[in-house]
Amino acid sequence: MSDVATANRLTFMQRHLHLDGQLLTALALLAGVGLIVLFSASNQSFGDLQRQMIRLAVAFAVMLALAQVGPETLRRWTPWVFLAGLVMLILVLLVGVSGKGAQRWLDLGLFRFQPAEIMKLALPMMLAWYLSRQPLPPKLLQVLFCLVLVAIPTALIVVQPDLGTSLLVCASGLFVLFLAGLRWRLMLSALALLASTAPVFWFFLMHDYQKARILTLFDPSRDPLGSGYHIIQSTIAIGSGGVFGKGWLNGTQSQLDFLPERNTDFIFAVFSEEFGLVGVLQLLALYLFIIARGLYIATQAQDTFCRLLAGSLALTFFVYVFVNVGMVSGLLPVVGLPLPMISYGGTSMVTIMAAFGILMSIHTHRKLWAS
Amino acid sequence: MSNARKPRETVASWRYLLVLAAFACLPVVLLWRAVDLQLVNNEFLQLQGDSRHLRTMVIPAHRGMITDRHGKPLAISTPVDSIWAHPGNLLAADSRLAELAGALEMESTGLRTRLERRADREFVYLRRHIPPDAAARVLELGVPGVSTQREYRRYYPAGEVAGHLLGFTNVDDVGLEGLELAYETWLRGRPGAKRVLRDRLGRIVSDVEQIREPGPGRDLKLSIDRRLQYVAYRELKRAVQAHGARAGSLVLLDAANGEILAMANQPSFNPNARQRTGTAERRNRAVTDSFEPGSTIKPFTVAAALESGLFSRDSELDTRPGTMRVGNHTVRDLRDYGRIDVATIISKSSNVGAAQLALELPDDAIWRLLGRLGMGRVTGAGFPGETGGSLAADPPRSAIERATLSFGYGLASTPLQLTNAYAALANDGLLRPISFLRLDEAPEGERVMQPATARAVRRMLEEAVAEGGTAQLAAVPGYRVAGKTGTTRKAVAGGYADDRHVTWFAGMAPASNPRLVMAVMVDEPKGGLHYGGQVAAPVFSEVMSAALRLLNIAPDAEDSSRGLTAMGAQTP
Repeated sequence: MSDVATANRLTFMQRHLHLDGQLLTALALLAGVGLIVLFSASNQSFGDLQRQMIRLAVAFAVMLALAQVGPETLRRWTPWVFLAGLVMLILVLLVGVSGKGAQRWLDLGLFRFQPAEIMKLALPMMLAWYLSRQPLPPKLLQVLFCLVLVAIPTALIVVQPDLGTSLLVCASGLFVLFLAGLRWRLMLSALALLASTAPVFWFFLMHDYQKARILTLFDPSRDPLGSGYHIIQSTIAIGSGGVFGKGWLNGTQSQLDFLPERNTDFIFAVFSEEFGLVGVLQLLALYLFIIARGLYIATQAQDTFCRLLAGSLALTFFVYVFVNVGMVSGLLPVVGLPLPMISYGGTSMVTIMAAFGILMSIHTHRKLWAS
Repeated sequence: MSNARKPRETVASWRYLLVLAAFACLPVVLLWRAVDLQLVNNEFLQLQGDSRHLRTMVIPAHRGMITDRHGKPLAISTPVDSIWAHPGNLLAADSRLAELAGALEMESTGLRTRLERRADREFVYLRRHIPPDAAARVLELGVPGVSTQREYRRYYPAGEVAGHLLGFTNVDDVGLEGLELAYETWLRGRPGAKRVLRDRLGRIVSDVEQIREPGPGRDLKLSIDRRLQYVAYRELKRAVQAHGARAGSLVLLDAANGEILAMANQPSFNPNARQRTGTAERRNRAVTDSFEPGSTIKPFTVAAALESGLFSRDSELDTRPGTMRVGNHTVRDLRDYGRIDVATIISKSSNVGAAQLALELPDDAIWRLLGRLGMGRVTGAGFPGETGGSLAADPPRSAIERATLSFGYGLASTPLQLTNAYAALANDGLLRPISFLRLDEAPEGERVMQPATARAVRRMLEEAVAEGGTAQLAAVPGYRVAGKTGTTRKAVAGGYADDRHVTWFAGMAPASNPRLVMAVMVDEPKGGLHYGGQVAAPVFSEVMSAALRLLNIAPDAEDSSRGLTAMGAQTP
């Protein structure tokens, strides 16, 4: 076992700052790429660049702070964080601030705050906390209880409405359940149930604009100036970039204003147009490295809570990237999800970096047997 | 804790394999999509992108200037701007519509309906052809979706004076009428083209490349003398107004080379503001309208008679009692002129005398000469809408047809054709092609009568203008003038009207060596005066006297001192 001990030996940085060097380097690199693309996507606005840098600084500070909190402390807080999150989600529905046709924000005077973001962390924490106290694999009753825990915040976010975030929150919860050892039979029957209720969703629960987005996916030209507009413009942007791209600040689709939401959800199209297939490969490689590191941390975690939580956070980040890139390139229906670390905007960035703070904490607070 | 590790690992193993599999597969999907878009479909999507932001724009070319024979401008293209908008983008900026309408001097509601009606388009003109500084002020408002476009607008310094002659261009600066149309390919520039980068709102962000340099049109130098054109227009207008006439035309020709020096019409229009004018005002009647020329044809009847060798200047004819039976018809003179010579047929304008000549001559003599003089066919000057008048296709057979042709009925001529025919008399029998353009040298002429004949007829035409002739009012002090009046009753359904006349005068000066030939036509003068000698001849006199002076043509009257005093006496 001495080999393992050597491999697990903590570095200086891990021991004293509770930071993971590889993850930190990759994240910093991603943030740097993000600033470069954002500058191009926001009409070369130094103001936007400055604001984004401030957000990055805050996000990295949150990461640093959470990395210092040990997993044990985190576990103790978990039920209360989850409860607070639920209360805030209910408050949003009652006294929330509206914008862009949805009621998602709480006005805290100094800044606006999106409680759904908290749930991205609070829900996997809660499930990991609960399941780590049960013998694994979970029994049917426990699974059902977990599903209720997932369903409540998901439903509260769906009605805001915020499809993208509810999807992520739901996924983060289900990942914990999956990692905890859900039986195949259960998973398959759940999938079957989901498939059979799909028509119910389609005919009774989905908004018209959501249906339109799905129809658009199959044939963007059915409404080229309406719901298909985003997809048509972004596929053109990506495709016209070619292998080597049009060069930084030279993307015609992006710079001439054809591409909508180009500094937020559709920023991947700007990147692809200007940096081409070569750039896309490098960016995807960077994301995959970060996810791989997160999953590695999960495998190295020393208790169930840590492992379930770390695995879920890494996989949720994976979903984040996959859904955004998939939607911008026309593989998935348009749901409002930013490209993590690159899209303009603060809330999601802080949550993501908080998740990485937790991952680092889990990794650097391991107890080592070999000295 | 160590006893719990084993089952956890077994539970985890296949699960982590699944995660790993997903982790490997899903990025491959994304990668496949990226390759599909950026490699496989790159060309198509590149094209799609280009079609959204690359546009080929027309660079308008400057249309050539039209000048008179001395280079004075008659039609100039000046740069103007047109304001256009993307209706959708402009309607989106609803709140600024009123402000924009104000700057454009338009009704706000009118602007809105105009935009809404074209909401599905990408381009709508808001206002065309406003001065560049006014357009700049509109642009400065910065209303979304509003842009300008450089264009050229035609300006005619001479206004209505040369309106018919020049015609006009449409809003896109394409010739529609007159010489603007006739010389369209010469005047029109070759529009250039450039490729530009446009953003989503249609604003031109930058020029990518110039595909084709615009080629400016060529200038056109007319034979017209602007000074003579002014005089001609002014005098014709005065006469038409004074006599309450329906219309009038005047053509002034340079006898030496067939250049048109002036061509005026009434009613007229201002080509700079032709919105409320009808086709009646826009017609260049001097070439588009033909009438029976009446007695102005008699000099050619006499010429045919002289050419035949059957008659000389002094051959006597008996016109008593002032009427003559031809078949079932009666030919009449104004009064009984008694026994007269051939010259008097012209100076007194005797229909009976002319008819007698015609009946003595071979059937086709007069008809053939008129045909050679260009009656019945277009002059070939190339003016759009020109008519050739009419002349029977076959020589007249019946006596009455031959008789009436001799005093100008049974054929129709435009003022231009008649002027040209008189130019042959002025040129000692040479008929030259007519030109609207300034010529460097006189074109080849075609001989249509013997020089001696032409000179003899000219002498007789001088007598018509002299004391005792019908055309005394055509006289120009100090110059010998040769000319002939004409008065025809207008053909109406079932015969000829008693109260509607066309009055003519055609002549030349100085008669000793004619330089200028002119025909004046006044259609339907009202009031008491309706003879060519009363209505058309004074116009001839005024215009000819001004033209002779402006062109510095030496007086040729034998007693030019008397003429000068007479002129001096007229001046105050």
